[in-house]
Amino acid sequence: MAVKEYIRERFFPHMWCPGCGHGIVLNGLVRAVEELAINKNELVIVSGIGCSSRISGYVDFHSLHTVHGRALAFATGVKLSKPKLNVIVPMGDGDALSIGGNHFIHAARRNINITALVMNNRTYGMTGGQYSPMSGVGVKATTAPYSTIDNAFDCVELARAAGASFVARTTVYHVNQLSELIKKAIVHDGFSVVEIFSQCPTYFGRKNKQGGAVDMLKIFKEKTVLIGSDKKKDNPALMERGIFVEKELPEYCKAYDEVIARARKA
Amino acid sequence: MATTCFVQGNEACSLAAMYAGLDFFAGYPITPSTEIAETLSARLPEAGKKFIQMEDEIASMCAIIGASLTGSKVMTATSGPGFSLMQESLGYAVMAEIPCVIANVQRGGPSTGNPTHVSQGDVNQARWGTHGDHSIVTLTASNHQDVFNMTVEAFNIAETYRTPVILLFDEIVGHMREKLVIPEPGEIELVERLRTSVREGVNYHPYLPREDGRLPMSDFGGVHRYNVTGLYHDMWGFPTDKGELVDGLIHHLVKKIDYAADAIAHHVPYYLDDARTMLISYGSSARSALSVVEQLRRRGERIGLLELQTLWPFPVQLVRDYARDKEYVGVVEMNMGQLINSVKLAVDNPRRVYLINRVDGRLITDKDIKQTLRVIAGQGV
Repeated sequence: MAVKEYIRERFFPHMWCPGCGHGIVLNGLVRAVEELAINKNELVIVSGIGCSSRISGYVDFHSLHTVHGRALAFATGVKLSKPKLNVIVPMGDGDALSIGGNHFIHAARRNINITALVMNNRTYGMTGGQYSPMSGVGVKATTAPYSTIDNAFDCVELARAAGASFVARTTVYHVNQLSELIKKAIVHDGFSVVEIFSQCPTYFGRKNKQGGAVDMLKIFKEKTVLIGSDKKKDNPALMERGIFVEKELPEYCKAYDEVIARARKA
Repeated sequence: MATTCFVQGNEACSLAAMYAGLDFFAGYPITPSTEIAETLSARLPEAGKKFIQMEDEIASMCAIIGASLTGSKVMTATSGPGFSLMQESLGYAVMAEIPCVIANVQRGGPSTGNPTHVSQGDVNQARWGTHGDHSIVTLTASNHQDVFNMTVEAFNIAETYRTPVILLFDEIVGHMREKLVIPEPGEIELVERLRTSVREGVNYHPYLPREDGRLPMSDFGGVHRYNVTGLYHDMWGFPTDKGELVDGLIHHLVKKIDYAADAIAHHVPYYLDDARTMLISYGSSARSALSVVEQLRRRGERIGLLELQTLWPFPVQLVRDYARDKEYVGVVEMNMGQLINSVKLAVDNPRRVYLINRVDGRLITDKDIKQTLRVIAGQGV
């Protein structure tokens, strides 16, 4: 099946700004799904609110565009109610880790078989470039004219500590790795998280003098490195890309089947 | 044969939900509603169905909406603080037209309030708790047989009109134990979801109402893939801000409930045929109101009670008709005066409508009501 079979062409052109990285995530997601040849009728995409969350309207899956921060809670209802469905949840960094932080850690704790994509552009783009819990210290934003003093989360470490059984990170510059990681995350039987650095030239780039989209993509190229690379030893500031956690743990919906079995025996 | 049992109101609600075909419950512990979750955590797995304790009430409301879209009959249960947390997604269920049932066993508020004591303080929150213009259905009951019937009816209304339905019980009804007769399967008619007959490969418009206003659904996982959003949307479910579509959708959402108001105006009239004085009440306070009516009837007073089981949409015509020939109306409720405002708007002479209330967390008694009636009648305290 061709990639465009997975797209709702009726709703294009998309609403993202020129140079936004989110379209590359959409591309990576669709390629992953296409390569896995998943039946579209068994695919559900659940999103929250923000630029990232509009991705759900553009794909020809069952799509649920919910409220800010709660996509994983809606997705938990979908998945537990009908476990045979593949459930993918794209979220922004504010959506997933600020307003939705509690749902993020609890979905990870349950290890329910949902694929969470955290599209991290370090800002609230939809509302005009305010700082997010992923902005980090010393960043300019429309609500931080004197620079931020808030520490950022480490999404990978947060997901790992909360119990996610698959955790990976990449950037939209690394398009092949992007679709490979999304594929592995979808196939993984448990809660999987892929953090994807995505550029927002309109707000984060402009406010922090990072240049245009191409300049920001170059930063992703230059400031990141594959896990285990020697370059990291020479330059500890480099951010690692790849799979950080991949382990087999009891999956929630399967464990629930055992609850049903125990209830019927009792 | 029908089963007779001696249960709490919260258990009656749970048993009714099972009778109605509940498939999925998500909830979070909160007094005084917790027994609903506890009972269902045992019953649902026995039936091969789903129970989940979520991380909070926000997540519980979201989870039932997600589950409903896969074709499940869904429910959550909570009390005041949790009900406040659910409001945003309750509005989502209104906007996206998701069938779901939310039980709120009321305690005293505002805030943490009076968790183990009775109140009817969430009546107006049930109506207007979520932001934006909307209509909503809210049912209540004063005894366990009616808790059972109204709970089944809540599922039927949710499925018929594709709307959230709120069951607004109170601490006394929730925790009191009394007899319940569980009807035989089939004794109460159950409404199943209207599903689309549009075949695979043919365009399905999830948000294009039929002539009767109903929207046939297609389950997530089925052959029709469509978009669901809390934004104003077109017939495809895709976001829009076009004026004519926004206008059409808000009118549809409000009118589908308001037009049903008479059909779903559940109520019980007591001694109203020749009554000159009418009490209006609901939930546990209606039990005390009925006791007063029966006592005063024995003394020859022409007094009656209109017990409301549908609070929203407010049964305007019903209340207006019953109030027409009454000298005065006393609204008995355990709050600072909430439903009374709707009564006043409904009747011809709002100055003859009086509040009879108690708000200290204790059940309003027959004595409390009779005392206020004497004051209204100018007989002193």
